[in-house]
Amino acid sequence: MARVKFLCDGDRCIECNACVTACKNENEVPWGINRRRVVTINDGKPGERSISMACMHCTDAPCKAVCPVDCFFTTADGVVLHSKDLCIGCGYCFYACPFGAPQYPRVGNFGSRGKMDKCTYCAGGPEADLTMAEYEKYGANRLAEGKLPLCAEMCSTKALLAGDGEIIAQIYKERVVKRGYGSGAWGWKTAYREGIDV
Amino acid sequence: MTRGGFGRRIAVAAFVALFSVCLAMTLAPRAGWAQQARQGVNPTAQAVKEEQLLKELDRVTGRVSIPDSKAGTLIQPEGREWRAYHERTLHWIGGIAILGMLAVLALFYSVRGKIRIEHGWAGVKIMRFTTFERFVHWLTASSFIVLALSGLNVVFGKVLLLPLVGSDAFAVFSQWAKYAHNYLSFAFAAGIVLTFVIWVTENIPNRTDIAWAKQGGGILGHAHPPAGKFNGGQKLIFWSVVLVGAAIAASGYVLMFPFYGTNIADMQVAQIIHGVLGVLMIAVILAHIYIGTLGMEGAFDAMGTGEVDLNWAKEHHSLWVEEEMSKARAAGGGAAVPAE
Repeated sequence: MARVKFLCDGDRCIECNACVTACKNENEVPWGINRRRVVTINDGKPGERSISMACMHCTDAPCKAVCPVDCFFTTADGVVLHSKDLCIGCGYCFYACPFGAPQYPRVGNFGSRGKMDKCTYCAGGPEADLTMAEYEKYGANRLAEGKLPLCAEMCSTKALLAGDGEIIAQIYKERVVKRGYGSGAWGWKTAYREGIDV
Repeated sequence: MTRGGFGRRIAVAAFVALFSVCLAMTLAPRAGWAQQARQGVNPTAQAVKEEQLLKELDRVTGRVSIPDSKAGTLIQPEGREWRAYHERTLHWIGGIAILGMLAVLALFYSVRGKIRIEHGWAGVKIMRFTTFERFVHWLTASSFIVLALSGLNVVFGKVLLLPLVGSDAFAVFSQWAKYAHNYLSFAFAAGIVLTFVIWVTENIPNRTDIAWAKQGGGILGHAHPPAGKFNGGQKLIFWSVVLVGAAIAASGYVLMFPFYGTNIADMQVAQIIHGVLGVLMIAVILAHIYIGTLGMEGAFDAMGTGEVDLNWAKEHHSLWVEEEMSKARAAGGGAAVPAE
């Protein structure tokens, strides 16, 4: 089995936000929740870079470690998923997540949190693959259909890469060697405890 | 040749001169760039780098075009430190504080046993706490017990309870525990405020407490150092409940109202304060419960019926009894015992 990862090539991202839109549409993500967002660093200054960020599906995921009801699990592909049936909306995964991935719909008074929602790597949830129950809670299960996450698949500049971690790291390395520069694989050291040395 | 032809020639000459100056001006720097490019200059030399940003600020933030401005934090590696605190440090602090306190109390009980009323029951009662005072105490106490158990469930539940009941039952229980924790916090906070209001004047430390503390409060020996309505130990309980309780409530409300003037880092700090003070307060309250029930004969009546045995009161709160007696004498003339 491959260990799937995300990689955003900051030197290619043009902040078109198509990945954000594609994600919301493909997964029918509720209003107010963004599983993926594009952050622009040094906006308007020389050397500005935009990074598309969602759940990085960390190795030894912090969200999974701190969850008081143990609702997270890692699939054989390395995708970090969670059960909305078990989640109690305590917010701890959000404190622990280095990437701000967990999101909570507001369901009551004073910002009380509903069931947590986050990027599933378009891999659905613990329900049976490609069922309506799975789609309603977690969105699409493209992995079960043999497809990659939509955000990366339709990225116009191919800045956002998804797939086997080793293959996308190789693609990124080749790019950096060819063009002579690269601002790095953002978040990799934090998520996977390894960068990409070129 | 006409005058017009001469004029045109001058115009052409001027145009040529101007054009060559312009050309020279545009070409010069371009030649420079070409030279630089040949030397292999990185066109993105100024580009931001993750490593450098994390070194400077320990988090990476930027601008987002979605309305959710907090999504502008791209990477916050402190999440890992908070995780280490929550999964290791807090378990150790909580385990040592609570189990340590239970061990100390068990040891104390085996050595000292139940502290008896030395002169036996007098059979005469004296009013110690009014109905309202007892209401405030039990409001705070009952909400605290639920808050403590549901809080401990968040810290230790998945280690202790989850393997016993299974994940579905545990999730349902934890969901209700969370609701109880959130909503009963208001009862607890109200209890803290009322506790402060009704008892603060009798809990201001004074010289009696120093003498009381010097004799170890009579806890280990059989001495009965004089004390007012509240002795030094009770004053310590009072102030820890009021101050620690207020800090726990305040940090809890920070967590309950996410992003109301706070960010992730603030909430991590609030959670650390809330968790550590919470387990410490549980340990303190265990001692309070022990001495009020199992540890001392006659003590529970104070918060039970509100009336305590006169001999108990004379032994543990001599100054308070004297005060009550003189008050009663002044008011009723001879009625030394206010309640029977």
